[in-house]
Amino acid sequence: MKRTDAKKPKSAGGMHVRRSVFAYPYVVWMAVFIVAPMLLILYYAFTGDGGLTAGNILQAANWDNMRVLLDSVRFALYTTVLCLLLGYPVAYLLSQMKKATAALLSVFFIVPMWMNFLLRTYAWKVLLGAFSNMLYTESAVLLGMVYNFLPFMILPIYTTLIKLDRSYIEAAADLGANPTKTFLKVVLPLSMPGIISGITMVFIPSTTTFAISQLLGGGKTMLYGDLIYMKFITEQSWNAGSALSVILLVFVLISMTFMKKAERTTGDEGGGRLW
Amino acid sequence: MKTLKKIVCLALALALSLSLFACGGGKTTLNVLNWGDYIDPELLRQFEDETGIKVKYTTMTSNEEMLVKLASPDNIYDVCFPSDYIIEKLVADDLLYAIDKSNIPNLSNIDPRFLDLSFDPGNTYSVPYMWGTVGILYNTTMVSDPVDSWNILWNEKYAGEILMYDSMRDTIGITLKKLGYDINTRNEADVLAAQEALIEQKPLVRAYLTDDIKMELINGSAAMGVVYSGDAVYCIEENPDLAYAVPMEGSNVWFDNIIIPKTSQHTAEAEAFINFLCDADVAAQNSEYIGYSTPNAAALAIMGPDYTDDPTYNPPQDVLDRCQIFEDLGDFVKVFSDAWTKVKAA
Repeated sequence: MKRTDAKKPKSAGGMHVRRSVFAYPYVVWMAVFIVAPMLLILYYAFTGDGGLTAGNILQAANWDNMRVLLDSVRFALYTTVLCLLLGYPVAYLLSQMKKATAALLSVFFIVPMWMNFLLRTYAWKVLLGAFSNMLYTESAVLLGMVYNFLPFMILPIYTTLIKLDRSYIEAAADLGANPTKTFLKVVLPLSMPGIISGITMVFIPSTTTFAISQLLGGGKTMLYGDLIYMKFITEQSWNAGSALSVILLVFVLISMTFMKKAERTTGDEGGGRLW
Repeated sequence: MKTLKKIVCLALALALSLSLFACGGGKTTLNVLNWGDYIDPELLRQFEDETGIKVKYTTMTSNEEMLVKLASPDNIYDVCFPSDYIIEKLVADDLLYAIDKSNIPNLSNIDPRFLDLSFDPGNTYSVPYMWGTVGILYNTTMVSDPVDSWNILWNEKYAGEILMYDSMRDTIGITLKKLGYDINTRNEADVLAAQEALIEQKPLVRAYLTDDIKMELINGSAAMGVVYSGDAVYCIEENPDLAYAVPMEGSNVWFDNIIIPKTSQHTAEAEAFINFLCDADVAAQNSEYIGYSTPNAAALAIMGPDYTDDPTYNPPQDVLDRCQIFEDLGDFVKVFSDAWTKVKAA
């Protein structure tokens, strides 16, 4: 397209505002909706009976609750592995296509994301109920989770793959590697940053998910998110709920540290990091 | 391209500012918090037309969720419909407004059987709205055994076809009844026994659901489920193969009531709304619409034998005699909640 607007945009200097001013709304947003709730959770987790206490955490870390956490981690792992197995080939195929074709095809998995995930999960509930006997089983929960989180695996891998320098592949071919070997020794290692950020973006939210398990699992599978919901709403115990949240937070931070480390060792080239 | 963008931006800005203006009307707005499917929406419009008061209607899915909303310091609701044991807790926490009965002349329509109950002596804070029992709704074409005991929910013959209510108080409550214990027990051993029974039952259960139980039973996806009597009336209307029974071991009888939170700024309008709902014609229309039993004697007289002779809608005294009202458990709720967690995580 021909640019008609050839003039350079005027700098903001004339208005005497520094650029960082534009970040203030976001900083305020973060303070009010992320930092403040986090502090409240910490407050409720470590207070009770009129003073500071570690009792809430110790009580929350009992075997029954930890079993629910392990169950959630198991589900999150299954989800992540399935998303990777399904998502990588899709991302790879998309990256091999013409830009326009890929853009058109990616619409198919991006457009559903414009709908609220609860609506989509309800739709699955109706479909599974009408056409299979899978509803209210663990497989149904897994299906719902893979369906909801798959785009978060495809996108980062796809962005890494399209930035991959073609000359590496040509060089590998020139040096006598067959396509399989080229893929395993060149493409796959170079797409690691995308894979890792995909894993992070699927694994962490699926550990903390709830509602999907309630809707598709028929209340028979309890995930850690459901447990926290129950403590806050049914039991009205904000201390116990917050303590469980803190345990989850620590778990998430630990797994993120691991993934960051993995990311660093694979190198930053190729980009593809979404956060 | 650029002009298009501009037009879109302008349209968005216009829409935003219009929606802001729309909020600035002069009418009083009454914020009502109720269960889903728990009022005839036609009546809300009728009330708005008659009084000029605007009703902003919000729904929730559990008593506990409502308690969280009402206990919050910035509660915005003026009228709410909690059950018996929650009223007990709301009164104890001093969260309710003492209703001025001179503003509710239609209170005289209410059957005295439903006034002055244990959770609110003298009806200082609450006016009866609907009532009913908890029982088993079953498909007569799929269940051959007689349904007269909670034990049928533990019968392996019906594995995968049993629906349980996804609510701690109701499900542990009926299990306590099955085992012959008090529904409001404060004895840990009783609750543990109920927990064991529910864990043992879990492999037979198709799902733990709330409102979805209705669709599943109407469609014939399950053979039996635990439901409130009002939902049973609705389901039997939709699918005549269904039948309802309150087991012989006894069950829970519950009363949903209308209350005004202490924080309400529109108590006079809220009382007008309560009076409206207690009107005989209004209560009859409402009860026929949602299928739940009305405590309004004048309304029942209008509705006639179709309803009064239906044992699901209007249970006979011997059924009521074996049912118990839930009491607020206080701190003991933690024992119930721990047991429920273990059942759900089993």
